[in-house]
Amino acid sequence: MTQNNTARFINIGERTNVTGSARFKKLIMADDYAAAVEVARQQVENGAQVIDVNMDEGLLDAEYAMTTFLKLIAAEPDIARVPVMVDSSKWDVIEAGLKCVSGKPIVNSISMKEGEEAFLDQARKCMAYGAAVVVMAFDETGQADTKARKIEICKRAYDLLVAEGFPPEDIIFDPNVFAVATGIEEHDRYGLDFIEAVREIKAQCPHAKTSGGLSNLSFSFRGNETVRRAMHSVFLYHAIPSGLDMAIVNAGQLDVYDAIDPKLRDACEDVILMRTPAGAGEGGDTATERLIALAESFKGKSKEDDKQAAEWRGWDVTRRLEHALVKGIDAHVVEDTEEARAALNEAGGRPIEVIEGPLMDGMNVVGDLFGSGKMFLPQVVKSARVMKKAVAHLIPYIEAEKNLLPEAERKAKGKVIMATVKGDVHDIGKNIVGVVLQCNGYDVIDMGVMVPWQDILKSANDNNADMIGLSGLITPSLDEMVTVAEEMQRAEMTMPLLIGGATTSKVHTALKIDPNYEGPVIHVLDASRAVGVASRLLSDTQRDEFVGGVAQEYVQVRDARAGKAEKQLMTIEEARANYYDAYLSDKPAPPLQPGVHVYDDWSLEDLSEYIDWTPFFRAWELHGNYPAILDDDVVGESARSLKADADAMLEQIIEEKWLTARGVCGLWPCARDGDDVTIHRVNREEHVRLPFLRQQIKKSRDRANMCLADFIDPDGDWIGGFAVGIHGIDEHSARFQADKDDYSDILLKALADRFAEAFAERLHKHVRTDLWGYAPGEQLTNKALIKEEYRGIRPAPGYPACPDHSLKPALFELLDAETNVGLSLTESFAMWPTAAVSGFYFGHPESQYFGVAKVGRDQLEDYAQRRDVDIKLAERWLRPNLS
Amino acid sequence: MSAREALVAAAKDRILIFDGAFGTQIQDRKLSEEEFAGTLGLNADQKGNNDILALTRPDVIADITRAYLDAGSDVISTNTFSANRISQADYAAEDQVAAINIASGKIARALADEYEGKDGRPRFVAGAIGPTNKTLSLSPDVEDPGFREISFDDLVAVYKEQAAALVEGGVDFILIETVFDTLNAKAGVMAIKQLETELDRDVPIMMSMTLTDLSGRNLSGHTVEAFWYAVRHANPVTIGLNCSFGADQLRPHVQVLSRIADTLLMAYPNAGLPNELGEYDELPDTTAGLVKEWAEKGQVNILGGCCGSSPAHIKAIANAVSDTAPRAIPEPETAMRLSGLEAFVVAA
Repeated sequence: MTQNNTARFINIGERTNVTGSARFKKLIMADDYAAAVEVARQQVENGAQVIDVNMDEGLLDAEYAMTTFLKLIAAEPDIARVPVMVDSSKWDVIEAGLKCVSGKPIVNSISMKEGEEAFLDQARKCMAYGAAVVVMAFDETGQADTKARKIEICKRAYDLLVAEGFPPEDIIFDPNVFAVATGIEEHDRYGLDFIEAVREIKAQCPHAKTSGGLSNLSFSFRGNETVRRAMHSVFLYHAIPSGLDMAIVNAGQLDVYDAIDPKLRDACEDVILMRTPAGAGEGGDTATERLIALAESFKGKSKEDDKQAAEWRGWDVTRRLEHALVKGIDAHVVEDTEEARAALNEAGGRPIEVIEGPLMDGMNVVGDLFGSGKMFLPQVVKSARVMKKAVAHLIPYIEAEKNLLPEAERKAKGKVIMATVKGDVHDIGKNIVGVVLQCNGYDVIDMGVMVPWQDILKSANDNNADMIGLSGLITPSLDEMVTVAEEMQRAEMTMPLLIGGATTSKVHTALKIDPNYEGPVIHVLDASRAVGVASRLLSDTQRDEFVGGVAQEYVQVRDARAGKAEKQLMTIEEARANYYDAYLSDKPAPPLQPGVHVYDDWSLEDLSEYIDWTPFFRAWELHGNYPAILDDDVVGESARSLKADADAMLEQIIEEKWLTARGVCGLWPCARDGDDVTIHRVNREEHVRLPFLRQQIKKSRDRANMCLADFIDPDGDWIGGFAVGIHGIDEHSARFQADKDDYSDILLKALADRFAEAFAERLHKHVRTDLWGYAPGEQLTNKALIKEEYRGIRPAPGYPACPDHSLKPALFELLDAETNVGLSLTESFAMWPTAAVSGFYFGHPESQYFGVAKVGRDQLEDYAQRRDVDIKLAERWLRPNLS
Repeated sequence: MSAREALVAAAKDRILIFDGAFGTQIQDRKLSEEEFAGTLGLNADQKGNNDILALTRPDVIADITRAYLDAGSDVISTNTFSANRISQADYAAEDQVAAINIASGKIARALADEYEGKDGRPRFVAGAIGPTNKTLSLSPDVEDPGFREISFDDLVAVYKEQAAALVEGGVDFILIETVFDTLNAKAGVMAIKQLETELDRDVPIMMSMTLTDLSGRNLSGHTVEAFWYAVRHANPVTIGLNCSFGADQLRPHVQVLSRIADTLLMAYPNAGLPNELGEYDELPDTTAGLVKEWAEKGQVNILGGCCGSSPAHIKAIANAVSDTAPRAIPEPETAMRLSGLEAFVVAA
C-alpha cells in the first residue's frame, strides 16, 4: 500500500522450505518448479514479509535447486517484491544463492560451530554480498540449550562481528527454539529460557534482532493442530514483548491469542512459562501432563453458538435490520441480511436492492438521528460496523451478478481518498471521518497511515476520486500536507483537498496550504462537518457558492495576518533581556535516585486510576467535562453508553493483559547556557545540548519572554526526561479490523492513548515523590493531578512550550528509549507505537507551561546555529512557529 | 587526505559540478572510420567504438574533457562507459580493454591535475564503468525465465579487469553508473571489494542508478529505496541517479533518494526526453532551471548531465547553483533495511 514498508514483528514464511513444507519438497523433488513458484506467490499474497527459501534435502542437488528457484522467482514481480532469506546449513549453497539475489537478503544461517575463523570468513562474505545474517546460537561445543549459554554465545558472536565491522543492525540471533512438554524434565525450561534469553540478548547486543523457528516448540503434539497453533500463539505472545523480532512460522496457522479457549491457553502458558498449574500436586499432574490431557479434548473442536435471540428477533426482517443498525448490534446481521437477500431473490429482485432498500433505509434513520443531534459519534461508528458486515456479506452476490448484468445501477454519492500523510501514524480521527462518510453513502478509499504523496495522487487518479482527505496529528504533518498540495498543483489536478486532524486549523490551511493549490482546499473542523462539506462539494447547485465562500474566507484570514505578524516581535536580544528571572535558590535538591530508570510493564490497573476521561470523550466528539458529561442533558446518554463500553474493554485489557505499558525516565545534572540546557551524563565526555526557544512576542511591561531554560540554574541544576508507550494494540486492532469492527478498533486506540497519558501522569508523580523526591509527601487526588496542581512541569517536544518535535531524537537518545522501552520515531518524529508520551521534567517551583508562539527570523538563524543544522532544516522544523 | 575525504570536504561548502555527455560530443565531431581505428590493426570496424578513441584520438577525448573543466566541472569522468570485455567484444577489441582504461584514466588525471594546479580548486576523476549489455536478473529468453546470459562470477571478473585498469590510470573513484540491474551493481561492488583486497588500498565507489519507468524503478524492478538498501554495503562516496529521463521526470525520485541516503547525492539527468528524431533538444537554461529546483530544496550535492548534455548545459547548471547551499546529509536512525524489489525496513 505504501512504498515505505516498515514492520515491527515479522512472520517469515516457511512454505518455500523443503524442511518445513512437505508439499513444496514434493514439487521440488519432482522438478515442478512452475508449481513451486506458485507456492511462493501464494505465500507473499498471504502476507509473508520475507520468504525463506531452503533446499536442504539429502536427495537434492541443493545448489542447483536454490539457484534455479531464486532465478525463477526473480522474474515474478509479485514475489520478488519482498526480501529473500537464503536458508541452508551449507555455506556453498548460501553463497550460490547470494549470487542470484538482487535486493538485500538475509542469510540463514552462520554460526561458530566450526570456530571463529570460519565464522568470520562467512560473515565477511555476507558483508561483501550486502546481506543481513542470522547467527545461530551454536559454538564449538554445540548448540546452546540453557539461557546462560544462549546469551553467552550470542554476545560472543556479536562482539566478534562488530569488531569486524559488521553492521550490528544486520545481525539476527536465533537462540534455538526446542520442543517443550516432551515429558523429559530438562526440557521444561526450554520455552522460558528462550524468551528470557531473547530479552537479555537484545539488551546486551544493541540494534541486533532475534528470530526463532517455531515449529520445533510443539513437536510433541504432532497431529494436533489446535494445540500446536495455540502453543505457537502463546509463545509469540510472550516472546514478542521480550524482544523477539521475527519468527519462521506458517502465518496462516496462528491463532489470535484472545480467541484461544482460555483453558487451553492457560495450559499452554503453564507449559511455556513453566508455571505450576493451580491445584497441581494432587495426583501429581504437572503442566505437561495437564496439557497432554487437555489436548485430547481439542481434537477437532468447534466454537459454541451465540446467545439466545432477544425479543426483537421476532420482528420482520426489514425492521430487524433497521433495529440492528440503529442500535449497533452486529450479532445477527449476517443472517438477517442473507434472509433479506434470499427473499428478494425469490421475488426476482437483485442483491443490490438489500443495500438500496432496508440497509440504506436503516442508515438514513441513523443519519437523521445523527444530524438532529439525537445520536452521537460512538453509536454511529457502531452502526457503521453493522452496515459494513452486511455489505461484506452481499458483495460476492453483487460481484457475481455484475457478470450477468450491465453496469450496476447503484452509485455512491462520491468517492473520497483518505490518508494520514507520510511521517505520521495517527489514524483515529481519519478512521472516524471515514466511517461517517461511509455511513452517508460515500465510497471511501482509506489508504492508511504514512502514505507518501505519490501514492495519494496515484490513487486519486486511478480511482477517479471526487476529493482527497488528508489527516495528521503531529505538526510536521502540516508541512507534508503542503507538499501534497504543491504536488497536486504540479500535476494540474483540480479535485477538492480536505484537510483535517488535531494540529490542522483554518488559519494554517488558509495561510500555508490553500495558496499552493488552485483547486478547492477546505479545512474540516471535525467529523460531524465532513458530510456537509462533501455533499456541498459534490452538489451541482451549491458547489460554486460554497467553494467561493471558503476561498473568500481564506483570503480574509490571509489579509488579516498580513502585516501584523513580524512587527509585533521583539528582537531575540530584547527578548533575552526580558527573560524570566526565577528565584534560583528555590531550585529542587538533587534527585534521590539520579540516572535512567526503566519500567518494563507498569500495572495497567494502577494506571487506570490515573486516566483523564475528558479528552477521551473529546476524541469521540462528545464535548464536556468528565464526570459532568455523563449527566449532560444532550449527550449524557451517549456518553454513558460509551463509558460503559470503554469500561468493559478496559477491564478486558487489564484482565487479559492486551497491552503493556513500558516507560523510561531519567534525571541528569545540567546547567543553563543561554537558551540551551546542557546535560552532563556520568561517564560521558560530551554533553547533550538541548536548545530551547524563547517567546518573542512583545509583552506588557511586567511579563517575561519565557524560555524553558529560564527555569534552570546556570551554576548547576537538574533536569529530567521521560518516554512512555503502550504496546500491543496492533494484534487486537488487526483482529477488529478483520472483523470490520471500527468501533472497537477506535475504542481500543482511544483507550491506549488514555493509558499513555495516564502513565505519563503516574510516572511524573513517581518522579516527584520518589526518584527526584522533591515532593515526598505530595497527596493529590486525580482531579488535582489533572489540574496540574503539583510542583514542576513536563513539557513535551512538539507542544507549545517546546514546539520543535526534532528535540525528540536527543531525548530518546538520552533515555535510550528504543532499546529500553521499544519506542521509535518516524522521520517526522512521530512516536511508535502511537499511544506514547515523552517530555522533559523541570522541577523548579516557578516552572510553568507557556506557548512560544511566533519566533522571528533572528531567533531562527540563531537556533539553526545552536542546533548546528542548515537554516532550511531549522526552518522546516519551526515552520509552524514562523510567520 | 584521501580522495574520499577530499571530495566530502569540497562538497561541504557548495554544490559540486560533474561533467556531461561524451557520446553526443563525439558524434558532433563526425570522425571517420579510419580515425576511430587508428593504427591498432583490429579486425573489426571501430566506428562507433567511442571508448577506443582514448588510444586512437586521445586529443578528441582531452578536448571534450577540457571543455567540461572550462564549463566548471569539479568531477570529470573517464570516457569508458563501454570499455569492458563484454561490450568491446562487439568490436573485437577485448584485448584493448586494459589499454583503453589506463589511457582514459591518464587523460582525465592529467587534465584534472592541470586545472587544479591553475586555480587550486580540487578536481576529481571518476573512472566510469557502465552496466554492460548483459543482465544478471533477467532472462533474455521469454520461454525460459530461469536462464541467464552471464553468471555473477563472470561479471565480477569483467568489472574487476576494467576497474583495475582505471585505478592504474590514476582515477580517484570508480563510478558504477547507469545501473539498470541492481544485481549487476552488486557484482560491481564485489569486484571492487576484491580489487581492494588485492591492491590493499581503498577504492571508493560512486554509484548511480537509472530508472526505466516513471514510477521510479530500474529495469530489474527495484524502487529507488530498495536499490539503495541493496547497495549500501558498498559504502559509496556518492549515490545517485543518472540518465533515465529528463530532470523534470526524475524530480520525485531524487527527492526520495535525498531523504534516505546518508552519503553525498549526485544526479545527472539527460537533457530532457529525446524528440521525434531521437535527439535531445532541451536548452541549457531549461535543464539548469529544473536542477536548480532540486538544489534549492537541498536535495543534491553534485550535479551534472547525461545523454544529450553539452558543456553549455554544464556551464548553465554551474551558474544556476553557484550560490545554493548543498544538501545536508541526513542521518537516518539505525535499522535493519532489507529489500526485494521494494524496500522493507524492520523497526528498531
